[in-house]
Amino acid sequence: MGSKTTVPFQGTKEQEEQLLAVIAELKDGKGSLMPILQKAQDIYGYLPIEVQTMIADNCGIPLEKVYGVATFYSQFSLYPKGKYKISVCLGTACYVKGSGDIYAKLQQLLGIEGGQCTADGKFSLDACRCIGACGLAPVMTINDDVYGRLTVDEIAGVLAKYE
Amino acid sequence: MYRSHVLVCGGTGCTSSGSLEIFDLLKKEIAKNGLADEVSVVQTGCHGLCALGPIMIVYPEATFYSMVKPEYIPEIVSEHLLKGRIVTKYVYQDTVTNEGIKPLIDTDFYKKQHRIALRNCGVINPENIEEYIGTRGYEALGKVLTEMTPDDVIKCILDSGLRGRGGGGFPTGRKWQLAKDLVKGGQKYVCCNADEGDPGAFMDRSVLEGDPHVVLEAMAIAGYAIGANQGYIYVRAEYPIAVDRLNIAIKQAREYGLLGKNIFDTGFDFDIDLRLGAGAFVCGEETALMTSIEGNRGEPRPRPPFPAEKGLFEKPTILNNVETYANIPQIILNGADWFASMGTEKSKGTKVFALGGKIKNTGLVEIPMGTTLREVVEDIGGGIPNGKKFKAAQTGGPSGGCIPAEHFDVPIDYDNLIAIGSMMGSGGLIVMDEDNCMVDIAKFFLEFTVDESCGKCTPCRIGTKRLYEMLDKITKGQATLEDLDKLEELCYYIKDNSLCGLGQTAPNPVLSTLRYFKDEYIAHVVEKRCPAGVCKDLLSFVIDPDKCKGCTLCARQCPASAISGTVKEPHVINTDKCVKCGACIEKCKFGAISKK
Repeated sequence: MGSKTTVPFQGTKEQEEQLLAVIAELKDGKGSLMPILQKAQDIYGYLPIEVQTMIADNCGIPLEKVYGVATFYSQFSLYPKGKYKISVCLGTACYVKGSGDIYAKLQQLLGIEGGQCTADGKFSLDACRCIGACGLAPVMTINDDVYGRLTVDEIAGVLAKYE
Repeated sequence: MYRSHVLVCGGTGCTSSGSLEIFDLLKKEIAKNGLADEVSVVQTGCHGLCALGPIMIVYPEATFYSMVKPEYIPEIVSEHLLKGRIVTKYVYQDTVTNEGIKPLIDTDFYKKQHRIALRNCGVINPENIEEYIGTRGYEALGKVLTEMTPDDVIKCILDSGLRGRGGGGFPTGRKWQLAKDLVKGGQKYVCCNADEGDPGAFMDRSVLEGDPHVVLEAMAIAGYAIGANQGYIYVRAEYPIAVDRLNIAIKQAREYGLLGKNIFDTGFDFDIDLRLGAGAFVCGEETALMTSIEGNRGEPRPRPPFPAEKGLFEKPTILNNVETYANIPQIILNGADWFASMGTEKSKGTKVFALGGKIKNTGLVEIPMGTTLREVVEDIGGGIPNGKKFKAAQTGGPSGGCIPAEHFDVPIDYDNLIAIGSMMGSGGLIVMDEDNCMVDIAKFFLEFTVDESCGKCTPCRIGTKRLYEMLDKITKGQATLEDLDKLEELCYYIKDNSLCGLGQTAPNPVLSTLRYFKDEYIAHVVEKRCPAGVCKDLLSFVIDPDKCKGCTLCARQCPASAISGTVKEPHVINTDKCVKCGACIEKCKFGAISKK
């Protein structure tokens, strides 16, 4: 994987208040770190070190543990995502029907690698492991839209819808 | 009273192909025709035939409309629902016969199925607890709490012969017994593994989406049996619909007094919390799942101590998967003998499989144990599309193996699958045809395990990486026969030395393809050739001069300018320049270009 685009942290006061409220509500429960990180990612869209620090300080958990958990799970992202999040299913059912070619075509068209975001912040590209729509293989999603039974030729047309 | 009920599938497969739009349109169109008081529209869980989505069924006739498009709706409403004339052209064609339209249960897809775990999926509205109660829901919990002792419950599950449906096949009753007896009294936990990480498998998701209450009821029964009052469901965050429906179900069950304090006035307390996974395959392993619920990196722990003694938060814990739980209330209601009458000697009951890959009826099927692979692929699955030949079926995901055509008639059960080098796994069944390269498939699974290895133990962390690199060398035509021996040796080393199930089973896709498709490995190594035409580095693209009309389309399409020739004369590909992207093959109108 190549280098990631870094964008300065731009959290707002409102986001911080939301996060502190979540922490206050959850922190005394058993095993609450994961639910807190999940809510934090909903609020900020990703988990930059600034957010992880806030969680560590307010939960009384060492930052290295917060970082350890945040980097262990693939759903947590330390980098911002694009306005349109593209996710290509590389689960087995999609793979045997050619989703690897779809993924390669997207990388070529967008000029980025998996896990990256285009310079204008518009598209980010990730591979995922099975969204469970195997009947429609090969499948990709762009935000909440699902595109099934895709062919390589259709990709450019689909992307054009999001211009 | 409604005179007609229209069921629209709201499972992930159908919503991905637009069933929610169909649902809304139907409601509008029905209201427009003044039928809102006569026809009800219900959103259900998965019917199993995901390949045909969006699916809608009109009762009482049980007419099955498949691949429904928004523009069909006005016609279906005005013709079928208003005038009573079935719109045959939109009906699933396998149900259309000369004598009229036959019920869905008589189609090849459903005839050989036997639905226990999926019994309510596609039949009830999963967001309404009363529909579940209407199909004898929570009756088993009532029976257990008022008529049975915990030992009775455990004996019933033991006698039924139910084995864990998550893959391992450990007897469920035995697991419960250990959790009850190893440590007497004190805090205990009941967990549900809904972290269905095997790519290409979606059995558990369909149960959670289509019948969430069955899991809650079974967990409460398990809680009573082992003496626990708290349950956790660990569910994948990638399943938003399942998470929503579970939340709704838990809320409703609490309102009805079926979860919480003093259930059925018996003094038994039991409650359930949801925990969302965050995308780590290893968390399907029981000790890793518990570590994750505790809020840590989901790394496995050495066993012993087993969870039945020291599990979640160091307390005795049982963990079963969704499909296992979905069988429990039926076993309690119908008795252990009823369940044990189905299946083979050592594998009782049914198993749900997610059919995927190169098969006509992709979707979800539930079959009695002992059904053969041939029946599943050819009769239920409708065979391989495009007249291609069956090559292998993959079960057990990244931990399993391939079943080649020579074992097509082996009855599917736990022990038979292990004997032929695969495993039951959680139920993913991916069919591959002659166009799939088995070395490439092995490499695909290893790439997955390299990615998902948690890194705690060396054999798995470094071993799988080395395995992947060897396979990569083979697919690039750079390996020697000696490498094949090393590959096999390393596989056994990883199996014997890894800490948890992920590492111990990671080499299985390699070992099983080596066992049945060694000739393909040898073709890659010795002849530098990929027989299925998949491994790009070993392919060369050629133009057949007899078929080429010299239209120049391919030459203009080629991104590497590797194709030359004059108009109306056969063109030639310069293999040194060719990047093997395949763009020329897609564009050629005469079928003159092929890869060899």
